[in-house]
Amino acid sequence: MVTHEDVKYVAKLARLKVAGEELDRFAGQLSTILNHVDKLSELDLSDVEPTTHVIGLSNVFREDEPRPSVEREEALANGPEVESGAFRVPPILEA
Amino acid sequence: MNLLRLTAVEALKKMGRGELTSADLTEAYLAQIGRHDSDVFAYLKVTGESARARAAQVDAGAGDRAPLAGLPTAIKDVLCTRGVTTTCASKMLENYNPIYTATCVERLEQAGIVTLGKTNMDEFAMGSSTENSAYGPTRNPWDLERVPGGSSGGSAAAVAAGEAIWALGSDTGGSIRQPASLCGVVGLKPTYGSVSRYGLIAFASSFDQVGPITKKVKDAALLMQFLVGKDPCDSTSVDHPDKIDLPIDRDLSGVRIGVVKELAGEGNDPAVKAVFDQAVKALESAGAVISQASLPHIEYALPAYYILAPAEASANLARFDGVRYGLRAGSASDVTQMYEETRSLGFGEEVKRRIMLGTYALSSGYYDAYYGQAQKVRTLIVKDFEAAMNDVDLLLSPTSATTAFKLGERTADPLAMYLSDICTIPVNLSGLPGISIPAGLADGLPVGIQLIGKAFTENHLLQSAHSAELALGFDRVSPLIEGQD
Repeated sequence: MVTHEDVKYVAKLARLKVAGEELDRFAGQLSTILNHVDKLSELDLSDVEPTTHVIGLSNVFREDEPRPSVEREEALANGPEVESGAFRVPPILEA
Repeated sequence: MNLLRLTAVEALKKMGRGELTSADLTEAYLAQIGRHDSDVFAYLKVTGESARARAAQVDAGAGDRAPLAGLPTAIKDVLCTRGVTTTCASKMLENYNPIYTATCVERLEQAGIVTLGKTNMDEFAMGSSTENSAYGPTRNPWDLERVPGGSSGGSAAAVAAGEAIWALGSDTGGSIRQPASLCGVVGLKPTYGSVSRYGLIAFASSFDQVGPITKKVKDAALLMQFLVGKDPCDSTSVDHPDKIDLPIDRDLSGVRIGVVKELAGEGNDPAVKAVFDQAVKALESAGAVISQASLPHIEYALPAYYILAPAEASANLARFDGVRYGLRAGSASDVTQMYEETRSLGFGEEVKRRIMLGTYALSSGYYDAYYGQAQKVRTLIVKDFEAAMNDVDLLLSPTSATTAFKLGERTADPLAMYLSDICTIPVNLSGLPGISIPAGLADGLPVGIQLIGKAFTENHLLQSAHSAELALGFDRVSPLIEGQD
């Protein structure tokens, strides 16, 4: 059972704001989905290896050669707030 | 002649012989978009002007034709296109103008396609009906009261409505095959790694794969010839072991097909089951050796997927923070508040739901029980497929347990919507290639069947699907194309 507190906690971790009647709705829906998902716990998987990737690739290496990259102006072109050749953000550290 | 009925292979032949210009073909599709897209809403953006210019360019260069020269193509809006807004059907990316083009699109452009526009989809490819688009739902060309499936609903509807000769989609849990099935067209999810994901806006990176949505199987093979191949910009892409061939006309003699018993039974709508059972008989008559196959852990596939895919999504979508691109909302004085307001305003309900589900599954105290357990279940599913395919060449199931459902029918119940993909999700968990082809109609709505192959056996899968298509003899098109005869 997912509670309002759980929803608030997860929303905070995910940097989402969830309030009011949304709390009820998401708590109910996430509970329903997780009830279905709880089926996974029926299985004893202590001897099973996890699969992280399906085609068996491990590390993929390439030569570390310098090459042209994105121009600064282009990289900034989609920025919602740009100043002096950089992305402008609200203060990150307290003054 | 109704140009909208031509397949890509046929149109290419006619253009090569000088019997048809790309300009005429492109105009025919743009005219159909003009007639019907205000109802269907397959496209988020139609790039008519550049399509016309491109077609004229192709026609002018007559002697030296690129291999796909002049074919009017629709691109799902999950794929970045330089200089053309790419929204992923989200408010978050309403004004996003990519500075690069997805590798798969670039390869097709080099091969000469004419891009008609960007197609509608469920926001960030999360959904099974295209109702989760922030810009409004796409409707099914066979019945405008019904959904086209999703998340590549715009691409499937565009092909079914005669608004593109073919289209690109992406498939994370069935997003190419399920809408193809519901719209009566062909949809292929290639083996994971076959097609570069560079420029595909990421949903769940260990599942996502780009693929073709076409009128016929042969067109899917033609498009695949130009999609596959290792890309230095996607380290999970590999060179396909085979050159992709165009299938030839032959029957299914000797092809061993296992019907997945867990997916072919009473869980299906009776009308879908009737079409499916009929299709199995038709394949058998065409020489296929039919047997029963089993995927014993398949009931755990959906629960595993709905942990793993949202977990990957919650990480992938962390990049939308209002700093480098996309929407920014909220106070200029508090960075956390800026993140929260941007993401709360920019993401729709389903995207938030999946981000929270994924975050929950990855959070401290739940990681082992959910994420770790789901990764192990993924191993069981992979092994199920390996075992089932020991004795057969291909597996067969319905693509969707129902035909196209009505708009609004499943939106209130997320789990009911998730269950729409029960036949397609296991294939993504295993990375195998799967194709949906139309098998017939049930109450006037298309029913698709799904063939599943071994990893990197696209040639065999496409050849068999083409032979199956011949055996099934399904030649109906949506009323919107029929209306132009």
